Amino acid sequence: MKKFNLTIYLLLLLLIPVVSYGQIEGEVLKPQNGKFLLQGGTVVTVTNGTLENTSVLLEGGKIVAIGTDLDAAGATVLDCDGQYIYPGMIDSGTRLGLVEVGSLAETQDYAEIGNVTPNMQALTAINPNSVAIPVTRVSGVTTALSVPSGGLFPGTAALINLNGYTPDQMYTGFKGIPMNFPTSARRGRWDRRSDEEIKKDAEEAMKNINDIWDRATTYAKLEEADAELTYYPEMEQLAKAVRGELPLLIEVNKADDILSALKWIKEKEVKKAVLTGVSEGFRVAEKIADAGIPVITGPVLALPARSSDRYDAAYTNPGKMLKAGVKVAIRTSDTENVRNLPFNAGFAAAYGMGKEEALKAITIVPAEIFGVDDHLGSIEKGKSATVFVADGDPFEPKTQIIHVFIDGYKIPMTSRHIRLYQEFLERSPGLEE
Amino acid sequence: MRKLTYIISALLLIGAQQVDAQTPKGSLLIQHATVLTVTQGTLEDTDVLVQDGLIKKIGKDLSASSKVETIDASGKYLMPGIIDAHSHLALDVVNEATAPITAEVSIADVINPFDVGIYRALAGGTTIAHGLHGSANAIGGQSITMKYRYGTRNPDDIVMKEAPRTIKFALGENPTRVHGRGKNIQPRTRMGVEAVIRNGFNEALQYKENWKNYNSSKNQKNSNAVPPVYNLRLQTLADILDGKIIIHCHSYRADEIYMLINVCRDFGVDKLVFTHVNEGFKVAPELAKYTMGASVFSDWWAYKFEVYYSTAYNAAILTENDVVTSINSDSDELIRHLYHEAAKTQRYGGLTDEQALALITINPAKQLGIDEYVGSIEEGKQADLVIFDEHPLSVYAVPQMTFVDGVKYFDINEDEDDQRLKVSPTEMVEPVYLQAEEESCMHGVELFTEGTTFTHSH
Repeated sequence: MKKFNLTIYLLLLLLIPVVSYGQIEGEVLKPQNGKFLLQGGTVVTVTNGTLENTSVLLEGGKIVAIGTDLDAAGATVLDCDGQYIYPGMIDSGTRLGLVEVGSLAETQDYAEIGNVTPNMQALTAINPNSVAIPVTRVSGVTTALSVPSGGLFPGTAALINLNGYTPDQMYTGFKGIPMNFPTSARRGRWDRRSDEEIKKDAEEAMKNINDIWDRATTYAKLEEADAELTYYPEMEQLAKAVRGELPLLIEVNKADDILSALKWIKEKEVKKAVLTGVSEGFRVAEKIADAGIPVITGPVLALPARSSDRYDAAYTNPGKMLKAGVKVAIRTSDTENVRNLPFNAGFAAAYGMGKEEALKAITIVPAEIFGVDDHLGSIEKGKSATVFVADGDPFEPKTQIIHVFIDGYKIPMTSRHIRLYQEFLERSPGLEE
Repeated sequence: MRKLTYIISALLLIGAQQVDAQTPKGSLLIQHATVLTVTQGTLEDTDVLVQDGLIKKIGKDLSASSKVETIDASGKYLMPGIIDAHSHLALDVVNEATAPITAEVSIADVINPFDVGIYRALAGGTTIAHGLHGSANAIGGQSITMKYRYGTRNPDDIVMKEAPRTIKFALGENPTRVHGRGKNIQPRTRMGVEAVIRNGFNEALQYKENWKNYNSSKNQKNSNAVPPVYNLRLQTLADILDGKIIIHCHSYRADEIYMLINVCRDFGVDKLVFTHVNEGFKVAPELAKYTMGASVFSDWWAYKFEVYYSTAYNAAILTENDVVTSINSDSDELIRHLYHEAAKTQRYGGLTDEQALALITINPAKQLGIDEYVGSIEEGKQADLVIFDEHPLSVYAVPQMTFVDGVKYFDINEDEDDQRLKVSPTEMVEPVYLQAEEESCMHGVELFTEGTTFTHSH
């Protein structure tokens, strides 16, 4: 009798923690750090070819070994037989983390007031807990450039890895200053300016930009000369571009404007420049190649800029620039659907770029443009353990992404989109009469 | 008198024939294709014979007269023309945003056959699109089903004459923003949207009753009955109640979808399709039982608050719950690669090839009430066809040729640089649009809303 009571008491005691957790939701899947062996897959290294039946060992946030008989003592082994191992995909132009709900001003943190605000730091406003981040990274897109927009110099863009609890933990080594190059194009169908007005506006904008750049150059010179400077954060930031510490990411799309931008870069002796957008790059591809300026283009899934253009102008643009000898990276320019990066690359591949080059355009090429190819952009020993495993070509919609690693962290393969799927695929109660 | 009737009838017949003759119909023989019929499986190395715009025969080793163009489609894929259940492409005006109910207006009046977007859509395999009124009003204008017969200068040639009438409804943020917040009239809330629709239907019932009473009393002896004032708005609502018009309702949240299902059940309306319907997955069983289906985006979300709690798995959940589901574009860009949008349901929810292809062919055809004519490759159906070089659900698939009624409107080998039908004589500098401009659901309502413009305003 006494023994029976004791058993009951013990059982009750065991129940206490269960009861007290009754109000708490189920298991939370967190990113896991550790030693992982991706065993026996097809490794698409990007820089050193494709290796069949090869393993990749990840430890301490790094790729420590690539080969066949790896010492995997203490490692979690993930069987990758029949699967493909890729470096994480890099989207070189997004608003990821800077906006949560597109139409709600309260959640828009990509456009500060003012025409010249290069000192506005995207990294400050990136929300590590944005719902869009897990939605993105489970697709194998592990890294994104988050770019402020609006005005002439809207701020400073930052390259982030899509894991971490603070912006600094996500930051992965590159910043750049976007510049919206003055355009001589009509801004849209609602733009009712006459041709003359457009020309005049463009000329004024050029004068304005020259004036600003000259001021930044002066500021840089004075700084070098150890002059005592009054507080001028805008120029302090632009001076970094003048000195070549931070590249200028020059957003330019119309063919004429691209040529003007190339001329401007040369005249002003801009030390590090990257062209972004470049939707009419195909029209002046040779000139871009001659200038040796790299290009970040996209979205590829876009309408042609002119109604007279061939229907596939945006699809074929990256391939045409590449063929002319331009270094081309691909971006989505998206916020919540950065996960479409592989599909943008896939269309570029289908329309002239080829699969291999399109993959480079979202891995090693942006890594090189951003100067982070020492740790990102390919599967090489010593590089960051930022890789993903898929059951096929990641550009193909039917391919499933199986594992994602960011800086050595094994990312839980879940997101709000997936949780809603799990909850609602079979609803209970179902239909109530 | 009788003679006159004959003459009039004869003239009418000639007129009718002329109208018919305006729509070209083609004949051709496509050989050795992998035929994705959608409704009857995949047929390897199969021929499809088209005669006068209709699919005459599907089989092996078919032959045609020497006059008929023969296309060797060895190694290529043939699928039905893609149907977009929600578009605003090639419409000059989209929103009559002046009242919460504008059932009297019609998109048929504003078709622009010159829009080069039609050619671009054809180049992406889309042959039919449902051109809708915008989403500013709880009950918007009547929509139109278009066959993309690019090249005609007559808007009437683009109308698919067999298609039943349709009308646009809209719930949620758009009508409440335009009317409630923009103009300080109902609806400002989702409660108001329900009230506006119920009030409209009840007024229409009264209107019907008035006409019924008048019609039954007017022929009575010494009747002094006066006919009710004709009202096209109420007549259109009455036609909805009589089942003559299919509702296509812009909607996002599950609660508002559930609301309109209940309203329609109360009024005995069962011709109801929900469109966009981002939270449709939450009420999938209700959608399956009480509606003609749901037309969704493949992955759009978070562009406004009412689509924040969305999932790209929506189409898969709806499909697995037996909702007739389609993927729509609502975009001059997406309409060019709906095959790719459909393919995304294989990543998000693992739909089969056949399920995914149905999302852009037979299912939208059902939602538009045109599935007896189009939406699959079957003998007797209209020959709206696309040839792809690879399986259309592959990201590498490139459409090669597109046919409407057996007439070729796109051929990748005959694609010219400039496909515009007309060029502006006054524009010295050709506009270069830096941002893709799309004829979205909220196009033309800027007058009624203050504050920011939106990147997505669907």
